[in-house]
Amino acid sequence: MTPAPRGVTLRGVVKRFGSVTAVADADLEIRPGELMALVGPSGCGKSTLLRLIAGLEEPGGGEILIGERPVNDIPPGDRDVAMVFQSYALYPHMTVAANLGFGLRVRGTDRGEIEERVERTARILGLGDLLARRPGQLSGGQQQRVALGRAMVRDPGVFLFDEPLSNLDAGLRLRTRDQIASLHQRLGTTMIFVTHDQTEALSLGQRVAVMDRGEILQVGTPDAVYRRPASLFVAAFVGSPPINRLGLSGTDDGGVAGGPFRFATDPPLAAATLAVRPEDLTVTPPSFRPDITPPVRADFTATVLRVEALGSEQRVHLDGPGSATWIARTPPSLRVDPGDPVHVSVAWERTHLFGPDGSRVGAPPRPIHILRDS
Amino acid sequence: MRRRTRAARTLPVLRAALLLGACLVMAAPFLWMAVTSLMGQLEVFSGRGILPAAPLWSNYPEALTAQPFGRYLLNSLVFSVAVVAGQIVTATTAGYAFARIDFPGRQKLFMLFLATMMVPVVIVLIPRFLLIDALGWIDTYQGLISTELVSVWGIFLMRQYFRTLPRELEDAARVDGAGPLRVFISVALPLAKPAVATLALFAFIDAWKNLLWPLLATRSMEMRVVEVGIAAFHSTYEINWPYQMAAGVVAVLPIALLFLFTQRYFVRGIQLEGIR
Ligand SMILES: Nc1ncnc2c1ncn2[C@@H]1O[C@H](COP(=O)(O)OP(=O)(O)O)[C@@H](O)[C@H]1O
Ligand SMILES: [Mg+2]
Repeated sequence: MTPAPRGVTLRGVVKRFGSVTAVADADLEIRPGELMALVGPSGCGKSTLLRLIAGLEEPGGGEILIGERPVNDIPPGDRDVAMVFQSYALYPHMTVAANLGFGLRVRGTDRGEIEERVERTARILGLGDLLARRPGQLSGGQQQRVALGRAMVRDPGVFLFDEPLSNLDAGLRLRTRDQIASLHQRLGTTMIFVTHDQTEALSLGQRVAVMDRGEILQVGTPDAVYRRPASLFVAAFVGSPPINRLGLSGTDDGGVAGGPFRFATDPPLAAATLAVRPEDLTVTPPSFRPDITPPVRADFTATVLRVEALGSEQRVHLDGPGSATWIARTPPSLRVDPGDPVHVSVAWERTHLFGPDGSRVGAPPRPIHILRDS
Repeated sequence: MRRRTRAARTLPVLRAALLLGACLVMAAPFLWMAVTSLMGQLEVFSGRGILPAAPLWSNYPEALTAQPFGRYLLNSLVFSVAVVAGQIVTATTAGYAFARIDFPGRQKLFMLFLATMMVPVVIVLIPRFLLIDALGWIDTYQGLISTELVSVWGIFLMRQYFRTLPRELEDAARVDGAGPLRVFISVALPLAKPAVATLALFAFIDAWKNLLWPLLATRSMEMRVVEVGIAAFHSTYEINWPYQMAAGVVAVLPIALLFLFTQRYFVRGIQLEGIR
């Protein structure tokens, strides 16, 4: 039943709307059967990229291949792709059954087969009782499933999802996310999933492509994107709570310094940004007892501003180095209160240093401390 | 606080009074027409009162048989229905093209179309007449109808409406494999039904009450439409006001009934014209 999945290749694809460059020189290779999450802030060109693949927009340059076939001049209906739109875009004047079957009808599939395929799809998605209804008579979740069904019923080589979960409430969004993941496992079809929600992207994507201002900044596994962000933008965009940042400026001896830290850099940098994940900070309360816990070497001292107890974890807001608040992710067992002075140590081997243009320099060497007294 | 509540109480009353006044102004000619249609020919000018002394119901059968009004009504119906059908076809297709198909010079061409709306109909009557005369179509249905098949107002209306439809619906159809014509017929057109209904209604009324063009384009009694028949009372009976008014009432009746059942499309038509 399921055809062989197809890969999708973009080579130097450009799309401009007047003076706006929605997609700038995009190179992307999506493997057959892969679930690729495309993530970036609103307006960065995700939808445009997806619409280019679908054939709904014509590229201003570059080449798009689906499978081995260049599709630049092939109309959307002949590209062997199906798309789920953010608004679902169900035909309001047709019943659910007619919505599901429209693509098959257009292709002149015979009536018996249409009926059979529509019914099978409806069964898989639990839409069996709704076939005679119109989209206006369905809940948001049901509409979402019809939109999914309309894509599935044609057994396309590639599924394109444009933020299909963004109109669902939080609970339903999680369940539907799982549904899409299991659908991908069962069908093994290539899927490109667009979202502005980085958690969603990391959770669903086998690989993640991070976009900003029309450019694809990094493509990699969720783990790689999270642990080795290629740029400051990626580091800041991926992860929640967001990564802690500290601006550093160049020193006379060729290093960079900011807050209590000074780093030697090679080659010398005019400025840099230090980025530290909240889980890579260890907070030690002032009451720690050296006789029980081995003493922890502190990298800086700070005052607790706020404590968020989230059950499985705890977020401690600190007036850390620099002007911005730092957030540390700690075990819930850590007892600290607002106003407490604490010692904080940094897992330096997992931190990141970014140059003045935002590109990755690497993990900073252990700093030369200028420890503040509390 | 007090002032606001007093204003809140008097405002609806004021509004109702205003609307009622406007209603009366609008309805007065029709009421006058209805009243006059039941008067004697001399009574009209007697100035003895607004209402007829005794309603002369016989005016109706007499007026309607003084000329072949059955035939006239049929002609009006043929004319109006054909014009409506034609305008629906031309306005939906052209309106869709202007709304959705990105062809070079689209905006300029559309402006040119709109500009023709500023040309008074009277000015184009003569060229149209010459045109159908050259075709030998004077006093025929095709001559009467063909020049009225395109309405720029209708194109404008449909374009505005198509522009309000979510583009993603048509995109979805394209990904589903539909070509441009299929997208238009299966998705855009069904969704534009309210606008089509509005267009049909206005086109029907325009055609039904059209006097000048049928007067020019037709000659024989067999080709006359109701409006021309009503106007003919002037010459035939040296202005028989009661007969003319009786025929007028009969001619207005279908429109009035239509309005009763389709009011919301009128309102929508007026709203749509405001959409840019
Ligand atoms: N049809 C269009 N005409 C003009 N500008 C557009 C059009 N579609 C998208 N854009 C612009 O291109 C950029 C990217 O848009 P989009 O791909 O929708 O972003 P995203 O889906 O990531 O939010 C935005 O600046 C948007 O305003
Ligand atoms: Mg988008």
